Amino acid sequence: MAPDAATAQDLSEEERIIFDSVDKFIEQDVRPHAHKLEAADEYPREIADKLAEMGLMGATIGEEYGGLGLSASTYSKIVERVSSCWMSVSGIFNSHLIAAAAVERFGTEDQKRYWLPKMASGEMRGGIALTEPDCGTDLQAVRTTAKKDGNEYVLNGNKMWITNCIEGNFLAVLAKTDPETEPKHKGMSLILVEKDAGYKTSKLHKLGYKGIDTGEVVFDNTRVPLTNLIGPDEGRGLQQILGGLELGRINVAARGVGVARAALNDAVAYALDRKTFGKPIAEHQSIQIKLADMATRVEAAHLLVDSAARAYDKGQRCDMEAGMAKLFATEAALENAIEAMRIHGAYGYSKEYNVERYFRDAPLLCIGEGTNELQRIIIARQLTERAQG
Amino acid sequence: MKILVGVKRVIDAYVKVRVKSDHTGVETQNVKMSMNPFDEIAVEEGVRLREAGTADELIAVSIGPDQAQETIRTALAMGADRGIHVVADGRVEPLAIAKIFKELIARENPDVVILGKQAIDDDNNQVGQMLAALMGWSQGTFASKIELGAGQAKVTREIDGGLETLDLKLPAVLTTDLRLNEPRYASLPNIMKAKKKEIAKLTADELGVDTAPRVEILKVTEPPARQAGVKVESAAELVEKLKNEAKVI
Repeated sequence: MAPDAATAQDLSEEERIIFDSVDKFIEQDVRPHAHKLEAADEYPREIADKLAEMGLMGATIGEEYGGLGLSASTYSKIVERVSSCWMSVSGIFNSHLIAAAAVERFGTEDQKRYWLPKMASGEMRGGIALTEPDCGTDLQAVRTTAKKDGNEYVLNGNKMWITNCIEGNFLAVLAKTDPETEPKHKGMSLILVEKDAGYKTSKLHKLGYKGIDTGEVVFDNTRVPLTNLIGPDEGRGLQQILGGLELGRINVAARGVGVARAALNDAVAYALDRKTFGKPIAEHQSIQIKLADMATRVEAAHLLVDSAARAYDKGQRCDMEAGMAKLFATEAALENAIEAMRIHGAYGYSKEYNVERYFRDAPLLCIGEGTNELQRIIIARQLTERAQG
Repeated sequence: MKILVGVKRVIDAYVKVRVKSDHTGVETQNVKMSMNPFDEIAVEEGVRLREAGTADELIAVSIGPDQAQETIRTALAMGADRGIHVVADGRVEPLAIAKIFKELIARENPDVVILGKQAIDDDNNQVGQMLAALMGWSQGTFASKIELGAGQAKVTREIDGGLETLDLKLPAVLTTDLRLNEPRYASLPNIMKAKKKEIAKLTADELGVDTAPRVEILKVTEPPARQAGVKVESAAELVEKLKNEAKVI
């Protein structure tokens, strides 16, 4: 079921043509393969190649660097659509684009000219490596080091839960270039590491978000040129990461809308088809109440994401808005997945239907890109800060 | 070789069409509109000929309201070189469409015109045939395969008895059937490039074509709802009913 059917009139001509193409891509090249690939936990290589052909690896990269230069608002609606079919597919370009955004926002002109066109074309595919075995939300606790040696950095340390680390060919790595400095963030830098430089990866096995390569990365005296430091100066890594978090959260929130919508669409279709006591279960009040709540959550989540994305596009501060969108949309995904399962009954619990997949995929959204507990703290802090003027 | 393709903006094939409450037509407000699927096939065929180097220019034409520009833009994103939009509000009947194409042919001198065999909104299936007659050109309708050579075309068409192959002299009007090809979706970079491609705007008046409808629509109604069938208890009862009630065996 196509999203935004009712609001299609509000979209620009360009957006309508883009979403139409994305929908066709999903129906022809993603949906027929999603169930099988996810069940086998197999990387969707052909889909990844098609994403690059579609131009999505460069969706938010500026046109002057070979990308499409899409707004966060347009981009978030693409993520919604892709995720309403199979969330894992959006992971292939999501964290890739966060890495690209760090280069575009903070890199030197030479770095932008060198890296961005390759990232936009998909020749270089990668992601961002922040989390470590003992550090996630509290990034200042990062232990990976990058020591200067001549005209190279030497990296040592471990990173965990890194998307695209096995199938991709580069990572933007958060490391300490000066482990002694206080405050700690002033000793942290973001460094691009190509796979050829040598790092070991191993796949991690997860409840959901299958198919996509989430793994552990080990740097053992991995050497990269000093010019791979993003930006002209060391010590800006944390700042560069935090600058990209708003977009990252809008991104994950959009995935939540997609999963929530998928659960709703499946539930509506099933409720119209399945009969008990001589009528479709959609005519039973207990099911109607569930469907109404699910649909309301989808619409509210979609609007929150769109409003955060529009604020981001205007260059306004939107950490609170992005946090609200992330919190609400990802919880909506989880709630809708559970409700869809209840509506489907035993079939919802069966591997033959997609509902159990939404149920396994949704919790990641509540945890990743800043836990929802952290989002609440960010929202509350902003509330009180703004209230005090 | 220059190719002209026609693209019509119609209600999307997956939308459930509703009749307007005043029975003057079908509801098009707040309804998803798309390129007619047979026209998508025509554009795809044109783009393939363009990519193979058989054609050097592909022009997408749409006749319709302002929003038809979006349909042309989609064709440009798929790979057409430029567009012509003949702005026309309201119903334009097949003969008027064919006459407009005739005038455009006079201006553009294409070697081949590829059209969808019919539009899925009114299902007329007339414009291709009418245009060929007006021009005195050869026609290959319901094409499932098109091979263009120097000054001639070999067209395989789907007919009731199977497949028929025609050798046509160019210029010609060809219309597409479902199995001619599988249309591509436009990549996002091509959608961006299409923004810069030219779309010329014209009116039927400027082309000297009178588009006033010749046919009056009296009333548009929903087809009658299907009656529920009869359930039989056994195979024997079914056979009995088929024999004595339906009298088909």
